Amino acid sequence: MFIPFLYELRSRKVPVGATEAVALGQALVQGLHDSSLEGFYFVSRALLVHDEKHLDAFDQAFAKHFQGIESSSMEITQQLLEWVRDAKQPDRRLTPEEKALLEQLDLETLQKLFEQRMREQKERHDRGNTWIGTAGTSPFGNTGKAAREGVKVGDAAGMKSAVQKAGERAYKEYRDDLVLDVRQMQLALRKLRAFAREGAHDELDLDKTISETARNLGELEVVTRPPRKSNTRVILLMDVGGSMDPFAHLVSRLFTAAKKATHFRELRTYYFHNCVYGRLYKQANFREPITLPQLFAETDRRYKLVVVGDALMAPWELMSVSGWSDDEGLEGLVHLMRLREHFPASAWLNPEPPSSWWQTTVDVIRKVFPMYPLTLEGLGDAVGSITKAR
Amino acid sequence: MKPAWGLVTLRAMRFKGTESYLTSESLRSAVDCAVALQRPLLVKGEPGTGKTLLAEAIAAALGLKLLTWNVKSTTKAQDGLYVYDAVQRLHDSRFNDKDVRDIRAYIRMGPLGESFAATERRVLLIDEIDKADLEFPNDLLHEIDRMRFRVIETDEEVVAKQRPVVVITSNNEKDLPDAFLRRCVFHFIEFPERDLMQRIVHVHHPELADHMVDQALGVFYELRAFSRLRKRPSTSELIDWLAALKSAGISSVKLDDQLPFIGALLKREQDLMAFADQFGGKMPKRA
Repeated sequence: MFIPFLYELRSRKVPVGATEAVALGQALVQGLHDSSLEGFYFVSRALLVHDEKHLDAFDQAFAKHFQGIESSSMEITQQLLEWVRDAKQPDRRLTPEEKALLEQLDLETLQKLFEQRMREQKERHDRGNTWIGTAGTSPFGNTGKAAREGVKVGDAAGMKSAVQKAGERAYKEYRDDLVLDVRQMQLALRKLRAFAREGAHDELDLDKTISETARNLGELEVVTRPPRKSNTRVILLMDVGGSMDPFAHLVSRLFTAAKKATHFRELRTYYFHNCVYGRLYKQANFREPITLPQLFAETDRRYKLVVVGDALMAPWELMSVSGWSDDEGLEGLVHLMRLREHFPASAWLNPEPPSSWWQTTVDVIRKVFPMYPLTLEGLGDAVGSITKAR
Repeated sequence: MKPAWGLVTLRAMRFKGTESYLTSESLRSAVDCAVALQRPLLVKGEPGTGKTLLAEAIAAALGLKLLTWNVKSTTKAQDGLYVYDAVQRLHDSRFNDKDVRDIRAYIRMGPLGESFAATERRVLLIDEIDKADLEFPNDLLHEIDRMRFRVIETDEEVVAKQRPVVVITSNNEKDLPDAFLRRCVFHFIEFPERDLMQRIVHVHHPELADHMVDQALGVFYELRAFSRLRKRPSTSELIDWLAALKSAGISSVKLDDQLPFIGALLKREQDLMAFADQFGGKMPKRA
């Protein structure tokens, strides 16, 4: 019975396979689910989901797959009958027409309609006039404004049913295609690191010590080596002001994450406005400028460059010369291309969703830098493409 | 491919939490699955939600002895099985005061090896598995699956007499490999909702007055909802804060710049500044 459910999960990109199916089978044979849908929800969740980012997809799949079963279960029918029996007299504010409308639905019709809709309804539903949900004018649901007494669903005190629980989608924030928080960003950035043995010899090389000692006829010969240290140098370049203001919070989180990431050997952060011309700034308020040639002199191609910006600007900003003396008479786009050339390991993170990347300047910059959305998935992809670059 | 899961010896063992460790139904269910199917239980969740304590609670509830393996960034899978102390043996051989012919004297079992070798069932906690190298979980796959390993130096096989209940915690610092995840029962500890938190507080500070707990929880959840914080306070910080309030004899709190012992809740400089900025006044005093 649960096999189609596994396929439902797979279609929602939750990686389940034969191992999970066998495990779930074993659990059911041993009766761990206490023969209830509720128990089955917890048991299957523990065995089929391996990462919190899949919990939301699991809840959605569960809600969809087991909706019908829930509605025909005895428990619900019992509750339903009680609710319908307890239905009070219509409120006196109802007009005679509304009362007439209400009387069209007697208890039996109401119950039949309810079960029928429970079967047809595929997902959680809020606001509307047909489906069971909340805040609507359907005769079924909760906190609605229907002009008549209907069937109130899911307001009973105590335990929530499994399908309801699944319908709440409490794990939405753990999905990996949503915008990130500091900790998650840190994890994504962590993948940038690479190790190398460098510096003072202060770690005991056990294998070599043993082999050297053996060579030395048992007279102890200690061999040391430099410890393994992180060898990652990162440059973070951020667009600030103007069209980036709505994303200030998001960008500051990325900044915090990068700062906190102790596994970088060196982290440089610079700011620019709209487009990079001849110089960058060490401060967000455009103080302490550094020219590009200066930056190129201080850094080499081993540095990894991450640019954060919406790449939105007036086309002339990209194609024109700013007139500053640092500019060497080159257009903004040329400066960007020089950056990309100097740092082959680079990527552009765009806080705007990819659906809005058709704008001219975004499209041009995408041809210079590989561009990724500033989401957990996008950051992961960007880090992946950076680490692959040589 | 699958280990023989055969005998349902642990069927009657159902986890109910302990007096000092409150659980949710989903957590109990996950623990029962792990125990009955004899698969490792992987626990994730925000720091301070009691991941490590869970293993102690399971050990206490099932009446088993707990072995802890604290994983560090330098930990290797081999350390958990056994360590062959070659240097000690070399040393001993130079002075001829010990019998170095028996290699067994220089093989020490790691936590995993010990839990296999024990005659009684053990609960084995592999704490913060994500701290170790990326390859670490993969290196343990076979041993955890088959519950056996071979000591190369003596060519002896260590087979688990009683399969230990393995609890693995992760702080999510690294993604764990899929092959490893597939073999685990997974549970994500959610941050406790207010009524569960009230019960947790009651377990730790039963003598606190209700109105005080109510106020403190109000402040606590309001702080957590404050979006400018870099690190939100968690359960363990709340418990510590309440202990500090209690010992100072404070009987009422409200969320303003005079909030006592704010340093117990907010641990970052920027967070304290954001807090001061939001709730008026100057930099709050550190507790």
